Amino acid sequence: MSTWVWIAVACVVAYATKLLGYLVPRRWLTNPRVARVAGTLTIGLLASLTMANAVATGQQLVVDARLGALVAAAVALLLRAPFLVVVIVGAAAAAGLRLLGLP
Amino acid sequence: MPPTPEPEPLPGDREPAEAATSTPAATPPPTPPATPTPTPTPWRRSPGIRVGASIAVATGLYGVSFGALAVASGLTTAQTCVLSLLLFSGGSQFAFVGVVAGGGAGSAAASAAALLGIRNAVYGMQLNALLHPRGWRRLVAAHVTIDESLATSTGQTDPVEQRRGFWVAGVGVFVLWNLFTLVGALAGDAMGDPRDWGLDGAAVAAFLALLWPRLRSRDAAAVAVACAVVTVVAVPFVPPGVPILVAAVVAAALGWRGARERPDAAPAATPGADPTSRGGAA
Repeated sequence: MSTWVWIAVACVVAYATKLLGYLVPRRWLTNPRVARVAGTLTIGLLASLTMANAVATGQQLVVDARLGALVAAAVALLLRAPFLVVVIVGAAAAAGLRLLGLP
Repeated sequence: MPPTPEPEPLPGDREPAEAATSTPAATPPPTPPATPTPTPTPWRRSPGIRVGASIAVATGLYGVSFGALAVASGLTTAQTCVLSLLLFSGGSQFAFVGVVAGGGAGSAAASAAALLGIRNAVYGMQLNALLHPRGWRRLVAAHVTIDESLATSTGQTDPVEQRRGFWVAGVGVFVLWNLFTLVGALAGDAMGDPRDWGLDGAAVAAFLALLWPRLRSRDAAAVAVACAVVTVVAVPFVPPGVPILVAAVVAAALGWRGARERPDAAPAATPGADPTSRGGAA
């Protein structure tokens, strides 16, 4: 049940954030510092989520097939593969490495 | 509508029946509509609609991966679909399920999603200045304010195309993203152990692919590396999900400091001319 509560909180906050941009006076958000922090926040969170999903299991750092998926995805991105292909490459790498016996 | 007003339809253009019914006695021929403003490009050749539609298809399709990952992380199909319908911001949705999948608390998942959505407020400000939506349209516009609709709209130069691009990309992504989320959730449910299918690897790849287009500058790459390192260092010491929030604090501090040190690095171009410079389109 508490999952539903946090889903509701996330949805309300997300919509309020979007609407805020349409309602506040323009100069507030044209402040270069605010724009810059919004940009670095997005980059930092995505980088953090990438690593957390690649090496964390609970509070432990683990090396397993997910790290192979990270490398494979990076190669696909260097080759300019589109998003969906990158995701499939990541899945295939993890599944393939597990078939080879990696945890 | 035809771009140029024709004074008289060409003979072959009219159906005989229509010609017969529309001429009772001395009625003057139907006058073409007045066109005081330059006529917009016809729908079928509109660049805003074309770009918006292709982005909607490409982005909508990867709703499959979100749906499958969300049920693999332990959410129900209903919860997965509600996230796509109401949260509706790809990065935030992946963040939510990414934290849940790692065993993180719901509060940490919601916080990560909320922080990742902050950029949408900046997009909203840009789009408000560009499109001036009023009344209920403003409420709908806010909901479909995402990376893709901002990028499509600001990529156009003509105001009519900016508006078309925004709505076609925004509404198009919304419809297809939700449809394919459901497909992915149902497929994911039927798949058994998600690890056998490499779905945890797919999540890693998805996050990296969302990050990748934002790494065009050296500063951006530095922020990404710093936050990646902070995350790995923090994992053993704090509860699951919290390392992501620690990284958010570091990212915000780096952005704040960077802005003070280099005021000339601030975006000087027209709002939204280059969304990628501010962490724009995925």
